[in-house]
Amino acid sequence: MQASSKPGISVNIVSNVGAVAHGETAQLPLRMTISKVNFYYGSKQILFDINLGIADKRVTALIGPSGCGKSTLLRALNRMHETVHTSRLEGEIQLDGQNILAQDVTTLRRRVGMVFQRPNPFPKSIFDNVAYGLRINGIKGSTSEMVEKSLRRAALWEEVKDHLHKSAYELSGGQQQRLCIARALAVEPEVLLLDEPCSALDPISTAKIEELLVELKNLTTIGIVTHNMQQAARVSDFTAFLLTGQMIEFNPTPQLFTTPSDPRTEAYITGRFG
Amino acid sequence: MSTRVKWRRFVSNFMLTLTGLCALVSVSVLFLILGYLVYNGGTSINWAFFTQLPKPVGEAGGGMANAIVGSAKLLMAASLFGVPIGFLGGIYLAEFSGSAVASVVRYAADLLNGVPSIVIGIFAYSMVVLPFKHFSTLAGAFALGLMMIPITLRSTEEFLNGVPRYLREGAMALGASKWKTIASVVVPAAYRGILTAILLALARVAGETAPLLFTAFGNRYWSEGWGQPTASLPVMIFTYAVSPYDDWHRQAWAAGLVLLGLILIINILARTILSRGIAVPRS
Repeated sequence: MQASSKPGISVNIVSNVGAVAHGETAQLPLRMTISKVNFYYGSKQILFDINLGIADKRVTALIGPSGCGKSTLLRALNRMHETVHTSRLEGEIQLDGQNILAQDVTTLRRRVGMVFQRPNPFPKSIFDNVAYGLRINGIKGSTSEMVEKSLRRAALWEEVKDHLHKSAYELSGGQQQRLCIARALAVEPEVLLLDEPCSALDPISTAKIEELLVELKNLTTIGIVTHNMQQAARVSDFTAFLLTGQMIEFNPTPQLFTTPSDPRTEAYITGRFG
Repeated sequence: MSTRVKWRRFVSNFMLTLTGLCALVSVSVLFLILGYLVYNGGTSINWAFFTQLPKPVGEAGGGMANAIVGSAKLLMAASLFGVPIGFLGGIYLAEFSGSAVASVVRYAADLLNGVPSIVIGIFAYSMVVLPFKHFSTLAGAFALGLMMIPITLRSTEEFLNGVPRYLREGAMALGASKWKTIASVVVPAAYRGILTAILLALARVAGETAPLLFTAFGNRYWSEGWGQPTASLPVMIFTYAVSPYDDWHRQAWAAGLVLLGLILIINILARTILSRGIAVPRS
């Protein structure tokens, strides 16, 4: 991973009206950059002129009230929005300096994995769920070794190693979500996107997943959408605050939660709305 | 108690009784048919029925081995023709087509499903029998296969639409193409429903007589290959039941029982499949 091959990370790339990431970002290589993105469903505009940089091997959180466009923005990063025919995206999103909109979408999604709001294991065995991505992408090598490695990385191996061939639906909700993380990790994505991964889970499962995310950032770059501000504060290095489709503030997490630069951010994190 | 309340209570009880009676009648019809078949056909079923050819008129005994094999061949060929077309067409409807195309195809399939089976028979006669100048197993299978297409198509579409969107997204997010997603996640998630529907379609056409009358025609001997007229259970039942011979009547009952047994086996098979494998939990 040579930092030199990555696009330079300057404050102005990630700057937006009043939203500038300071400090650490200035030195960090960016894995993804989002420039001047406008997004529409039909004639309805969802995102307005979004600029954002996702730092390599860090956790970037998107927060904001329901309907602010944070999930839409996340889903645009691996072009999942294209499953909705009326969607339209303007602007540019780059992965390692290359425009993702010009790439083959299946290759892009292998490189930028995604975990969804509710656990969505396939109606297959635990093993086959994790092996799925390896098989469809024709990844060579010992499948069972890679399955074990992924399950270990998702901190699920010890719980499932004796019944890998049981149905994935026999696992608890929290285990299913970790299985989905293992499934996404199996193809070794460069970026892992998580769309409110804990919203359907109990506090204990949530804590496990948060712990996992902090460990995973050594392996991969993480983008997470959450409506839980404490969660963003606990797991992320950078936080972007969105409101009605606009990027209000993007800063290192400690700074955003202690000394927000925009009064709307302060109003949101202190619970005055949202 | 006021008259009004009494009247309401009377209406309520009356309607309850009426609906219950109607439910009872519908169930008893089935059991009546079953009982009648077993009573009349049970005594005529023996080993010879399954192993021997029909005897000439006037000779007692004989069986319907050729009709049993004929029906099996007809159903097999009909499935080979009708199921893939209905199945792939259903995938197209559920996964690829726009809503305008889908509604046209859906409507056409429903119309085809409603075409009287005798009309399907005439169509198969003019399409297959006339050009080849021959009644044949293939012609009969073509007619039955045509009838299986709309049932397979509609149920495939319905079960695929029932597969939750989040499973598709899960596969696509791992880099699966649309077709890979369908083949490796969506269809496996729906296969039990689809297979059950196909078996029920098979059970339905297994008893069809009209489309076979002038396509497969009938045969008192073994039918070799696929280009010869062939005997089949429903047509045998028809021929034997309208004949003036008591022995043939008994055999018709026996054939009816065998046919019903066949359909019952298909149904049980369908239910067994439904209870196996990993199902997507309902949410």
